[in-house]
Amino acid sequence: MDLNTVTSFRRPTAREDLRLGAGETLLAGGTWLFSEPQPGTTGLVDLTTLGWPAVELLEDGTLRIGATCTVAELVGSPLVDPLAPLVRSAADALLMSFKIQHAATVGGNIALALPAGAMTSLTAGLGGVAVVWTPDGGERREPVAELVRGVGTTSLAAGEVLRAVDVPPAALAVRTAFRRMSLTPHGRSASVVVGAGDRITVTAATTRPVVLDAGRLEEGLAAVDCWYDDPHGAPDWRAAVTATLAREVVRELGA
Amino acid sequence: MIVDGRPVTGEPRPGQCLRTWLREQGTTAVKKGCDAGDCGACSVLVDGQPVHSCVHPAVRAVGHEVTTAAGLGTPEAPSPVQQRFLDAQGFQCGFCTAGYVVTATALAEEDGTVQRDGLAQAFKGNLCRCTGYRSIRDALAGKTNVAATGAFGCSTAAPAGRRLVTGREHFTLDLPTEGVLHAKLLASPHPHARITRIDTSRAEALPGVHLVLTHRDAPDVLYSTGRHDSRLDDPDDTRLLDDVVRFRGQRVAVVVADSVAVAEQALGLLEVEYAVLPAVLDPEEARRPGAPLVHGEKSPTASRIADPSRNVVAQTHGEVGDVAAGLAAAAHRVSGTWRTSRVTHAAMETHGARGWLDEDGRLVVRSATQVPFLVRDELAHVLDLDPDRVRVVTGRVGGGFGGKQEMLVEDVVALAVLRTGRPVQLELTREEQFTMAPGRHPMRVEVELGADAEGVLTAIRLDVLSDTGAYGNHGPGVMFHACHESVALYRCANKRVDAEAVYTHNVPAGAFRGYGLGQVLLGIESALDELAREVGISATEIRRRNVVRPGDEFVVNGPPDTDLVFGSYGLDQCLDLVEDALARGDGDPAPPGWLVGEGMAPAMIATIPPRGHHAEATVTREPDGTVTVGVGTAEFGNGTATVHVQLVAEELGIDPALVRVRGGDTDAATYDTGAFGSTGSVVAGGAVVAAARDLRAQLDAGAGTDGGPVVGRGEHHGSPRSVAFNVHGVRVAIDPATGELRILRSVHALDAGVVINPEQLRGQVDGGVAQGIGSALLEDVRIAGDGEVTTRTFRGYRVPQMGDVPTTEVLFADTHDTLGPHGAKSMSEAPYNPVAPALANAVRDALGVRPHELPMTRDRLWRLARNARSSTPPSTPPATPPATPPATQEEP
Repeated sequence: MDLNTVTSFRRPTAREDLRLGAGETLLAGGTWLFSEPQPGTTGLVDLTTLGWPAVELLEDGTLRIGATCTVAELVGSPLVDPLAPLVRSAADALLMSFKIQHAATVGGNIALALPAGAMTSLTAGLGGVAVVWTPDGGERREPVAELVRGVGTTSLAAGEVLRAVDVPPAALAVRTAFRRMSLTPHGRSASVVVGAGDRITVTAATTRPVVLDAGRLEEGLAAVDCWYDDPHGAPDWRAAVTATLAREVVRELGA
Repeated sequence: MIVDGRPVTGEPRPGQCLRTWLREQGTTAVKKGCDAGDCGACSVLVDGQPVHSCVHPAVRAVGHEVTTAAGLGTPEAPSPVQQRFLDAQGFQCGFCTAGYVVTATALAEEDGTVQRDGLAQAFKGNLCRCTGYRSIRDALAGKTNVAATGAFGCSTAAPAGRRLVTGREHFTLDLPTEGVLHAKLLASPHPHARITRIDTSRAEALPGVHLVLTHRDAPDVLYSTGRHDSRLDDPDDTRLLDDVVRFRGQRVAVVVADSVAVAEQALGLLEVEYAVLPAVLDPEEARRPGAPLVHGEKSPTASRIADPSRNVVAQTHGEVGDVAAGLAAAAHRVSGTWRTSRVTHAAMETHGARGWLDEDGRLVVRSATQVPFLVRDELAHVLDLDPDRVRVVTGRVGGGFGGKQEMLVEDVVALAVLRTGRPVQLELTREEQFTMAPGRHPMRVEVELGADAEGVLTAIRLDVLSDTGAYGNHGPGVMFHACHESVALYRCANKRVDAEAVYTHNVPAGAFRGYGLGQVLLGIESALDELAREVGISATEIRRRNVVRPGDEFVVNGPPDTDLVFGSYGLDQCLDLVEDALARGDGDPAPPGWLVGEGMAPAMIATIPPRGHHAEATVTREPDGTVTVGVGTAEFGNGTATVHVQLVAEELGIDPALVRVRGGDTDAATYDTGAFGSTGSVVAGGAVVAAARDLRAQLDAGAGTDGGPVVGRGEHHGSPRSVAFNVHGVRVAIDPATGELRILRSVHALDAGVVINPEQLRGQVDGGVAQGIGSALLEDVRIAGDGEVTTRTFRGYRVPQMGDVPTTEVLFADTHDTLGPHGAKSMSEAPYNPVAPALANAVRDALGVRPHELPMTRDRLWRLARNARSSTPPSTPPATPPATPPATQEEP
């Protein structure tokens, strides 16, 4: 939809240009920003003009996913071949269509911090670490599973920019498994369970990512205190379904 | 930017999306369905890549090549994908079609073939509310559904098809935007409040603002947004703008400005102070003494509200026979209470209208309406104009389903045009469709049945409570209809019906496909299913033993109907067809460990609404030999334009290609009540047939030999009325661990008399069944404790996607109606009605415990399955019927 309060559109070419003026907000794919009224937003600053590489393999084997990497680019990148089934499943778990995936970005999906954010599910599930540019020109790193704090809230402070997500080399080598459930076959996820080795990550069913140990699954599930309640599924059902899915994931990875 | 091969210069606004930019350039193939990336109606290709143009920043498309459906082909030379949509008739209203064509093109090979794997995933971002997706899947698969011949009884192609698939058909607001003012509405933040002060001065001072309307500007006339042939059918409880707001989201003020942007900005400058009043959101609470009154100050007689002091807008209390005695004599008794949800119509085109003054100073309103004549007459009433000074026209209407049997935007537009003298447009947002526009009446349906040892009914007791929301538009009509054919379907000497429609401070409900029958059927058909179990006979058999058949009267809770007759009777065939189809045992296999169940439900519907439905039509033989049909009804995917062409071609014995329809215009005919109550074929069609016969008689008598035009005239007055029948059957599998339900088999039999156009008829069934599945399993407009609608977007709600709707086998009974045109009966709302109860009965069969609440979402089914495991369901003790008050029957 038209964002009628917006009067400026900046195309930054350097990191310094990311300092936001009053009313400015960062624009990545735009698929969420343009999907809801944004009262008070008067300017857009287009991250995609910075030319961040979509996906890189760093020297130490870390897989770096640029924040502006689109979902479609990630799915299509040969660098994620070892994770291809998981990445594909996560992309399919997005409520929005494949057309949206051509524009929607990994960073945007994480920064939105929706419980059903499928890129949060994916990167948190792999133990991904967010690379955050701080306003002082520095950088800080925080696991995605911790950066996403709750429904629509992250640890990102004013002036901070999510630059990338680093997937550690070890995560590229472990076996992975993926399960999801929603009220309709292709609807908004009500529970997503990603298994990577012994790491079991629950998203969508909870208000924030919850990481469990495959070896102590039942104990971990019993301790979850943030089952999510919205029109896409009641919390008691999410808890029960998540337990079922998590057990399936553990069984698959243990097989 | 290159748009459809044409260079476009200029700079989009920084916050503009590509959709509105394209439309400003005159590229109206891109539609606004949701404006939020959910529905796909605005899909375009940017450098060959498909995107939703509503969430694509327009500035990003500068320097790129944009292709819409209009750039892919022309009506004369459609693209391979477009041709497939034509061959399959993969559309109804067509509002989503251009987006479908673009999306399919992005996935298709050169020859238009789309890989069949993963269609549900690929098209989850393309919503269609009309077709139920079957004909779209047919199009993607390259199937031909349209007949080569245009003859009566064949699957003639819809006249608008070529324009629809190539993005050229003009819907309501597909008009040039220059010189048009735009209206935006300020919504109430309170469910009930008195406006104590409005200061409009800051808004009026904003450059570009032309007009601000508040309650001070509204005529002191009470009316109803709900429209019927008689304006007395709905309560006069609404003002154009009121100083009391009665639901959160109700319009408080209107700003008219040069652009939507300026109007939005001005809304923020309006200063409104409210005295917040107590509100009641629960319909049970609303009737209790001391409840806040929604329209307590209004006169029951002047406003036609049954009891404003109890928030009751309409009621019926009556009994035939002796229900207490019938229950006492029963060998088997069952009872239960069922609840249905609020549902949004989700017509892909939102409510919208544009008005202007023509050269003669006459007010013209182009509106997305099912009832142009009724809107014309009510505009004249509200604004104190001569109806001759008002013209209401439609373009192609993007879906109706009853939602456009309301006057929701035309009143504001008309007043703004009269005040400014300028063209003014108001287009509701998708969010406003949820928060401001009426949806389906939620109902509480209590049923008690008694039967003898053979399963023959000895008593029916029905108690219904309908939540009409803050205004009573369609409240009385829906309540009476809901309790009518649902009860009249069964022969039983003892029947009691108590029903009330109550005001609450919720968003209003209104007319919606089935007009209440689906809600009450859930209760009655669930109870009958339970009764069959008690008696030990099949679900079909208990219907056979109890349904009405020719010779019976139609009885609810008072004297029988006087103008309802069996024009033909195919219910027996429908019951057999569905029973046989399910007995074949085919369909998808159930996954291991899932619980399987079958269910069915029948439904009856009068072919025409009661209390008058009128159409006057002309059929003109033009000098060039072509024939023009002048008829008042609008085309919104109901297919009446096709049917009218077929009827005229059949009557005159000419090629359908020679016939064109001019409809949806108060200037095109003298009168038409409108296309609701499934009347486009039987009433307007009846008038068209009569006009064609008149023309033929004149031609046979030698008229027109001079080559001049010859005009035949016909009319139809909607009485007597016939009955049509539907039976739906399903087999489902449910995973008790997750509540996931799969429909393994879906079959629908119907008695629509003689079938005029099999493909279109099947399409109406597909669409009705899909909406039934939506209500049964998915859809729920939620309202929070403070009256706020919390499901405000398609992604926060669940309109069935392609992957949610299985293919339904559609079977036609063979009957010939004595009343309808060429033996046909109406059939458009009815297929919706039996779907939810059939699914509920299948769930009961699978889980061993009966669902009592819609929608039966997975979380609820999971709970049901868990409860079934942990205990047997508590049986409700049969309630003692209340002491019988004197029967009162208050018809609206």
